[in-house]
Amino acid sequence: MSMQMITSRRFWAILRATVGFVIVTLLTFVGLLAITFFIGRVIPIDPVLSVVGDRATQEQYDIAKIAMGLDRPLIIQFVNYVGDVFQGDLGRSVSTNRPVASDLARVFPATLEMATLGIAIGVGLGVPLGVWAAARKGTWVDQIIRVFALLGYSVPAFWLGLVGLVLFYATLGWVSGPGRVDIFYEGLVEQRTGLMLVDSALSGDWDVFWNALDHLILPATILGFFSLAYIARMTRSFMLDQLGQEYITTARVKGVSEWRVIWVHGFRPIRVQLITVIGLSYAALLEGSVMIETVFSWPGIGNYLTVALLNADMNAVLGSTLVIGSVFILINKMSDVLYRILDPRSR
Amino acid sequence: MTNMQSWLLDDSPQSRMQANLGNSYRMLRALLRNPLAVVGAIILLLLVFAALFAPWIAPHSPLGQDLGARLLPPSAAHWMGTDELGRDILSRVIFGARITLMIVALVAIISAPLGLIIGAVSGYFGGWTDKVLMGVTDVFLSMPKLILALAFVAALGPGIENAIIAIAITSWPAYARIARAETLTFRNSEFIAATRLVGASHTRIIMRHVLPLCTSSMIVRVTLDMAGIILTAAGLGFLGLGAQPPLPEWGAMISRGRTFILDQWWVATMPGFAIILVSLGFCFLGDGLRDVLDPKQEGKS
Repeated sequence: MSMQMITSRRFWAILRATVGFVIVTLLTFVGLLAITFFIGRVIPIDPVLSVVGDRATQEQYDIAKIAMGLDRPLIIQFVNYVGDVFQGDLGRSVSTNRPVASDLARVFPATLEMATLGIAIGVGLGVPLGVWAAARKGTWVDQIIRVFALLGYSVPAFWLGLVGLVLFYATLGWVSGPGRVDIFYEGLVEQRTGLMLVDSALSGDWDVFWNALDHLILPATILGFFSLAYIARMTRSFMLDQLGQEYITTARVKGVSEWRVIWVHGFRPIRVQLITVIGLSYAALLEGSVMIETVFSWPGIGNYLTVALLNADMNAVLGSTLVIGSVFILINKMSDVLYRILDPRSR
Repeated sequence: MTNMQSWLLDDSPQSRMQANLGNSYRMLRALLRNPLAVVGAIILLLLVFAALFAPWIAPHSPLGQDLGARLLPPSAAHWMGTDELGRDILSRVIFGARITLMIVALVAIISAPLGLIIGAVSGYFGGWTDKVLMGVTDVFLSMPKLILALAFVAALGPGIENAIIAIAITSWPAYARIARAETLTFRNSEFIAATRLVGASHTRIIMRHVLPLCTSSMIVRVTLDMAGIILTAAGLGFLGLGAQPPLPEWGAMISRGRTFILDQWWVATMPGFAIILVSLGFCFLGDGLRDVLDPKQEGKS
């Protein structure tokens, strides 16, 4: 087979995977819209009231009712709803009295920052722990890591956040408390990306940078712990699959060092599988941040969502659901397509 | 005893009951060899025990207020201390076992059969039925569960019943996937073809022959999912969307204790230990059950 043929076959495989990805993602996204539409317009007895809130005047009520087009058939309403969403119109929030879309754009970077540091911690610790557990299968190391990982499935995030605050902030004083920075640092840094660490580093405000990191480290570590649990568990099971293969025995028989057997012969092949796992846990972290943000008064999308929930601010609730859902779907499907492209068997 | 055992382990059982009992006995023995599974089973038995006999075990009333004994630290009289209304936290935690048990039981009763039937129908009929049903399932599967549950509760209104409905709505898709995968492995097998030849209807084949074969992997998955369901329910309670005060729901209790967390740490921490213990119990037992019932699923949860 000529080199050119291989490249062109690979090209078609990638193209097919990409087109499939776009179609499936779009369909799933329409599904998400159908669900939020159902939640917002079909379940409530009076959808208008659920959008404008109890304190609205008759005039506001009428305007919202006409804007929502509730007199038209459900299917037309849905089409209009989808059209609005694609134009970036998520309605107006009752509590902030601003468009939900601009609210979300403002709060999203805070969540992104926390989740990204969280996943870095989760991957940095989870992968080595999983490999270690697999290499020492059945020993006490394996058992401890197993229980530690299972704890990640059993501890409520909000509870761990509270305990972390009491322990590391109130008692030991190792980290700063709730919020993104201390009050007197607030608004000092010019907003470029909305990511506090990046913005302060860009403008060279290292005081703010360290303060922001001090605030970020505890919630991010706690968030990271939950992805660590999943990543370590999956790494262990992938590694066990590999280490049971015959070529590993061959390598051992040939006298390859144990370190090399594990990290080169064992670990390399599972990297592609790990991408999917890491993608999934990253998406899960965006979701998990809802609870953590509430506990740490972190001004991100999770906090925005919970405040909206308590105020029965339906537009804000559905907008947040849509944004978190879309990011979730996108990461989900993207790790899927990446897996297909990177998997050597598809070459 | 030995008589009983040899009857159970007989290679040629005389009746269906003997065969079934023998199978259960073998599984039980395999399960008992796994120390973590035993720990998990004990924890869950304790939970059921606490829920059933709460009024007799609990030293105080879960709702009785004693404003003179507000926010007392853990002591001999109040093992877990008291909360802001002077209620004994230990008693509330014990009564909370009832709520937790009710939530997980109801979610399992609603979502597992729902997923089971959707998956079995999908796998059994194949074709367009399969495409449509699995399409819907996949949409739900690639959605964040907690956020979806939150949005549903927001529309339905806060309360424990609505929390249960919301969690059930978001947890059936995983079961549908499993049931479909199981069904596909034997839908073309001879015993299904034989049943069809005898003239059994589709409904009968699905209900009597397909579903029973899916149950073991379903039990494993449901047990493993229980921890997540408990955490979601507690999370809804914590956000004030689940069980409403004065119900002693663990998540709601943590939420109340949050106000005093810096000075009276026990109010918020104690119910958390109960949540962790019970969730761990389900995880341990689920892990053990998977090794016994469904060895090929290792690590795929």
